[in-house]
Amino acid sequence: MHTFAELIIVFVILLDLALAVTGSLSSCIRLVAVQGVVAGILPLLAGSGTPHARTAAFAAFIILLKGVVFPWLLTRARDRSGARKDVEPLITYPASIMLCLGAFIASSWLGSRLPLPETNVAWIVPASLATIFTGFLLITTRSKAITQVLGYLVIENGIYIFGLALFVEQPLMVELAILLDVFVAVFVMGIAIFHISREFDHIDTAELSELSDWRRGEYGK
Amino acid sequence: MIKALMLLPLAAGLLSFLVRGDLARRSLLLWTARGHALLTALLLYTFVSARSALGSFPPPVPGEWFAYDALGLLFLCTTSALFLGAAHYAVAYLASEKRNPGEDAEDGFIFNNAPETVFTGCLLLFLAAMTAVTASRHLGLLWAFVEATTLLSAPLIYFHRHKRSLEATWKYLLICSVGIALALMGNLFLGAAGLKSGAGLDLGGLLAGADLLDKPLLKAAFLFLFVGYGTKMGLAPFHTWLPDAHSEAPAVVSALLSGALLNCAFLGILRAGSVCSAAGLADFSGGILVLFGLFSLVTAALFMLGQRDYKRLLAYSSIEHMGILAIGAGLGGGAVYGALLGAVSHSLVKAGLFFTSGVVLAAEKTKRIADVRGLWRRAPRTAVLWLGGFFLITGLPPSGIFLSKFVILREALAGRHYLLAGVFLVFLALLFAGMAKVFISMTFGEHEARPGEKAFKEPSGMLLPAAVFFACVMFIGLFIPDWLHRLLEGAALNI
Repeated sequence: MHTFAELIIVFVILLDLALAVTGSLSSCIRLVAVQGVVAGILPLLAGSGTPHARTAAFAAFIILLKGVVFPWLLTRARDRSGARKDVEPLITYPASIMLCLGAFIASSWLGSRLPLPETNVAWIVPASLATIFTGFLLITTRSKAITQVLGYLVIENGIYIFGLALFVEQPLMVELAILLDVFVAVFVMGIAIFHISREFDHIDTAELSELSDWRRGEYGK
Repeated sequence: MIKALMLLPLAAGLLSFLVRGDLARRSLLLWTARGHALLTALLLYTFVSARSALGSFPPPVPGEWFAYDALGLLFLCTTSALFLGAAHYAVAYLASEKRNPGEDAEDGFIFNNAPETVFTGCLLLFLAAMTAVTASRHLGLLWAFVEATTLLSAPLIYFHRHKRSLEATWKYLLICSVGIALALMGNLFLGAAGLKSGAGLDLGGLLAGADLLDKPLLKAAFLFLFVGYGTKMGLAPFHTWLPDAHSEAPAVVSALLSGALLNCAFLGILRAGSVCSAAGLADFSGGILVLFGLFSLVTAALFMLGQRDYKRLLAYSSIEHMGILAIGAGLGGGAVYGALLGAVSHSLVKAGLFFTSGVVLAAEKTKRIADVRGLWRRAPRTAVLWLGGFFLITGLPPSGIFLSKFVILREALAGRHYLLAGVFLVFLALLFAGMAKVFISMTFGEHEARPGEKAFKEPSGMLLPAAVFFACVMFIGLFIPDWLHRLLEGAALNI
């Protein structure tokens, strides 16, 4: 059973690397969705024997949300904003993948140093940390608003896997509240993207730089 | 009672999306705010009349998700009072916005406002989420509600639909969401630290079994929680969203963000800090709080000195005060009392100042400091409040803020933190001088009449809440009522 979970972990890491090099926006949306679904399957494999009905129902809910609802919302936001099809990275793809690999090496070192409880799935902690880092990479080095939302979702996936690694059981209500927050966050960000595209005629966040402390001075003169 | 407190604004918020008439919706906002304040007052009365209890009332049942201790109650009272003032202001504001919608005060372009339905609805839901933050005894729930406040307040910042407010909203949404995601990591670390004691994330359980917590994991948890909630609280260097959001949002929203929302995030840090102190890591958590508090104070001071926009100036002043609160909370002992008193006073004064800034903006149609001169002639009552607010916020006596800064400074000296006290004093003096220049030149100075300028009629409905808040803070500065004193002392024991 655990070999299968370990395969999934390897798959998650590969998805991180894929995200770092993918240039097409729609593939990025799909990759993030696949990663969410794969992470949603993990808790079903972690325990021995058949999982609880509660765990199964919750996993199904997560898979539905991350695999179907989020990609749908994001694709809709992309279509309505009429954005270009590529992600327009601020750094080159080789640089992205080097950073991602570097993050993975750092994560494996950190994962072995952290005083965490023993996990029975190998590589789960490094994989989660690397995923979180990939999320930050997407947020900081891609210029579109949509890729920033994708980055946020990747961070969320990473944190979710990290939570599984630490065996932190939260009450169902709390888990649901967290998921609801993530859902509303994606929803609100989707609406914001639509407004940005209407207001600025594009969704390039590099142009969102009018507000600063010193603008008014130069502007006024 | 606690359920009613949370459900009332929730129900009213949802209802307001259905109400068609503007007037009916505004009175719904007003009466919900009054109802919420009344319920809070009742809860406060039960607390004060239970004379035996200090620190918690009734003793919280372990595992219960919603309960109030003195600390939560203190922040609830502040939030509720602030919202009451904000609701009165908002009604007057919305009425005046309806009459003359849409010309940007600065760049002169035309824009639309978001539908009033969304604005009122989000305001009420925002109150519900903040109430839930103050009541949460489960740190996982607390996290979920803090994130909910971000999401519900984002549409409020984007009330004036134009480029600048959209930029501010996007930065706010993204920076705070990612920041708070880090706090979720912190929660996971905290859960892992408590695996042995089996406390989960229940605050009561964590505090009771603090000795059994895994220390290195607890440290990691505090770091992540601090960065996460610190982003939301606006501590430097995680504060970058704050000046933008505060300057672009309507004045009433800036007041709520500054006065109520930042406190909610502070509460998250204080809760994490209380677990650390219970586990004997008070030096560790306190050190971090003092370090970043001081850094925020210095950063805010540097950005305030060259500031050209008076709403941004107020926003940086919030960062400064959050820094002072963090320093007070980090020093521990008697300074915590000062920090909490500062939190209450700062909320009231800053909200009042933002309310007044809204009137100044309506009168002068600019946010540039250099373009506002002679407010005294044009809008005398506004000018009095503007100048009065300046005296109160910089902590001249009699102001609750003076008392709070004094207590923190005294504790810093008593604890032999001479360097800290020195830097603290120098930067407070610097800030005072910097702000004095701005406020005095705006109030007095020679007003140049622009062509086509009409006489300005001051809206009393928008000035009254600020006047009441200022009076309260002056009152606190002169005399702290017994109930407030007991509440503050009890709250200091909760940390």
